[in-house]
Amino acid sequence: MNAPAHGHDHVHDDGGHHHHHEMTFVEKYIFPTDHKYIGKQYLLTGMLMAVFGGFFAYAFRMQLAWPGSDIPLFGHMSPAEYNAAVTNHGTIMIFWVAMPVLIAAFGNFLIPLMVGADDMVFPRLNRLSYQIFLVSAIVIVASLFVPGGGFGGAWTAYPPLSGDSAYNLTPLGSSLWLVAVALEFVAFLVGGINFIVTAMNARAPGMKWTDVPMVVWMICIASILFMASVGPLMAGAVMLLFDQTLHTGFFDPRQGGDPILWQHLFWFFGHPEVYVVLLPATGMVAEVVAVHSRKKLFGYKTILFTAVGTGVLSFFVWAHHQFIAGIDPRMANIFTITTVLISIPIAEMMFLYIATLYGGSIRFTTPMLWALGFIFAFLIGGVTGIPLGASGADIYLHDSYFVIAHFHFTFFPIAFIGTFTGLTHWFPKMFGRMMNETLGKIHFWGTIIAVHCLFLPMFVLGLAGHHRRIYDYTNFPELSTPFLTNIGIFATVSLLVLLAFQFVFVFNFFYSMFKGPVAEANPWKAGSLEWQCPSPPPHGNFGEHLPTVYRGPYEYSVPGRDKDYWPQSEPA
Amino acid sequence: MVSGGAFSGGGVRRRPVLPNGVLAILLFIGVEAMLFAGFFSAFTIVKANFAPGMWPPPGQPRFPAEATAVTTLILLVSGVLLWWSGRRFDTEPASARGLLAASATLGATFIGIQGVEWARLIGEGLTLEDNPYGGLFYVIVGAHAAHAVPALIALIVMWVRMQRGYLDAVSFTVARAFWYFVVLVWPVLYWRVYL
Repeated sequence: MNAPAHGHDHVHDDGGHHHHHEMTFVEKYIFPTDHKYIGKQYLLTGMLMAVFGGFFAYAFRMQLAWPGSDIPLFGHMSPAEYNAAVTNHGTIMIFWVAMPVLIAAFGNFLIPLMVGADDMVFPRLNRLSYQIFLVSAIVIVASLFVPGGGFGGAWTAYPPLSGDSAYNLTPLGSSLWLVAVALEFVAFLVGGINFIVTAMNARAPGMKWTDVPMVVWMICIASILFMASVGPLMAGAVMLLFDQTLHTGFFDPRQGGDPILWQHLFWFFGHPEVYVVLLPATGMVAEVVAVHSRKKLFGYKTILFTAVGTGVLSFFVWAHHQFIAGIDPRMANIFTITTVLISIPIAEMMFLYIATLYGGSIRFTTPMLWALGFIFAFLIGGVTGIPLGASGADIYLHDSYFVIAHFHFTFFPIAFIGTFTGLTHWFPKMFGRMMNETLGKIHFWGTIIAVHCLFLPMFVLGLAGHHRRIYDYTNFPELSTPFLTNIGIFATVSLLVLLAFQFVFVFNFFYSMFKGPVAEANPWKAGSLEWQCPSPPPHGNFGEHLPTVYRGPYEYSVPGRDKDYWPQSEPA
Repeated sequence: MVSGGAFSGGGVRRRPVLPNGVLAILLFIGVEAMLFAGFFSAFTIVKANFAPGMWPPPGQPRFPAEATAVTTLILLVSGVLLWWSGRRFDTEPASARGLLAASATLGATFIGIQGVEWARLIGEGLTLEDNPYGGLFYVIVGAHAAHAVPALIALIVMWVRMQRGYLDAVSFTVARAFWYFVVLVWPVLYWRVYL
């Protein structure tokens, strides 16, 4: 193909011949263009990065529970190491775990299958996206091992602390951190364009916009939010990198710069980013709730509009992160109103999922348990966000453990419960084998109980006045009372339990991948297109006959039919 | 056939909303527009923080607003010629090729003049470090140059392909869209930064 741009509008009636090409190991696993392998690469890279993120959480929670003690596998933790651990825990969990797994892995794996295409429209750009992402992951890990150690200025990287190595003492770590984040954004930019163009142009004939599975919508809306918000942060990242390396003074008041400017540029991206990772997770919950309660998704269009509404509103709430940064109180009022408003569409979405359950034939499979766990835990996160969104209450609660507890009750459901929901549901399609249900349920109950025991005490700590960036509370007698110390230790022990239960998952994941019972094409009896091709789908997904769509993805328990599901691709 | 060209992939089996490449470049341009929006708002906020009369800071060279008005005009004419070339692409290929060459030449002229201006300002002592006035100028104009140069290279590639007779309409539209972005963001930049 020497005229590169000709491939896009030809009709793939010749789909047969490229399926017979035998791919070498390198073509298939090292440099694949097949969306399913790229999705799995993202998934495994994200899981590997979660080990780093989890290890940091373990290390700094141990330090907080038993200050100054020798931490097994880590040793004594210095204040600088503590700062680097919390910073990179946050950065890695959001940018190298939640983003690649929820958007890139599931987006890559699911979108072409669910819209009935044989691949992404730009497979080589897709491969490039993963390669850039891999480089960014290597850079962020490398930044931990350079002289001076990893960056310790928190994942928000506020200047002047982040802009001048005289303050942060990590000249290399802070620049590498910034370069890694910027590279990662480029990777998701390329990936996001691919998702949207694929979903718009490569849908199966007959698939109307109301026939698109909800998770595809959610990943596309999330990609649009990401692309619309990332530009200003890229501008800020370039300026901050210049501040660090060329000593410009964009964010340094000594040179006439403005440190608050970074906060605006960062949070203009940072708040939509919350919804960028939230929406794909809620999309997967929607799929799972419908399939495992054998009921049509309640209020399809309403869910879609709430997602769009949330997305639009998410661009007008960013300054609620800056209520104590000296912004104008009148502006704080406006942002309080928009912040409280955004809880309406999200609450509505959760209620619609609950309404989908009502009257359904609920099957308590592992994915269904995770989906219900998501709704439960995320509602705690959502409700505790309201006092933080109100500027008056936030002045007291800002940067306290209350904030930590709140956003972990949003991010843990998103990044982990959402991922487990999707992974346990689509595992048979990804790897062609079933996961073990008993181990899955043990993992579910262990995780869900431990995570509540971990983060609920932090609400109490926060209300008592614990600040999120303190390395050792023993020097503050009124904040290290036996009660507060003990619930801190309880949270740390809960974290150890939580981490221990993840070994159950890791074992189940890898054991089932090779030794699990072979999965049939449609083990959950679901109607959407990805279940109408073999498990795992071959290169080209649907073989010679790409599907045509006749109905929506959630036609369950339709009266007058023998089967309680009705595949989208089955002629009427 | 496992890996085709950069643009070959999942088969499009329906009437596309827009051709894949065009849709992709429009999304990309949206991101780039937000990047420049970030730079412009940063410039506006930093400028507003300075006391009245302190911007531009005393002793710093002024941006050449009059001379840049001429280069702005050159760039706009280049955009118009490209638009004209696109309209003639189907009907009069020879004339389309001439217009494309003229457009690319004007684009190269613009980049050249800007480069000279930039070198002159460095010579006059406008630096990155002293204050955000110079820093923002170099970052914003540099960001524009970082888009203009690849876009110009794309136009030249299009011209070579047109010459050899294998330029397709979608590639040409993609390259043109990116150049229009470079052309249209500049007057905004001129208004926010130079004036």
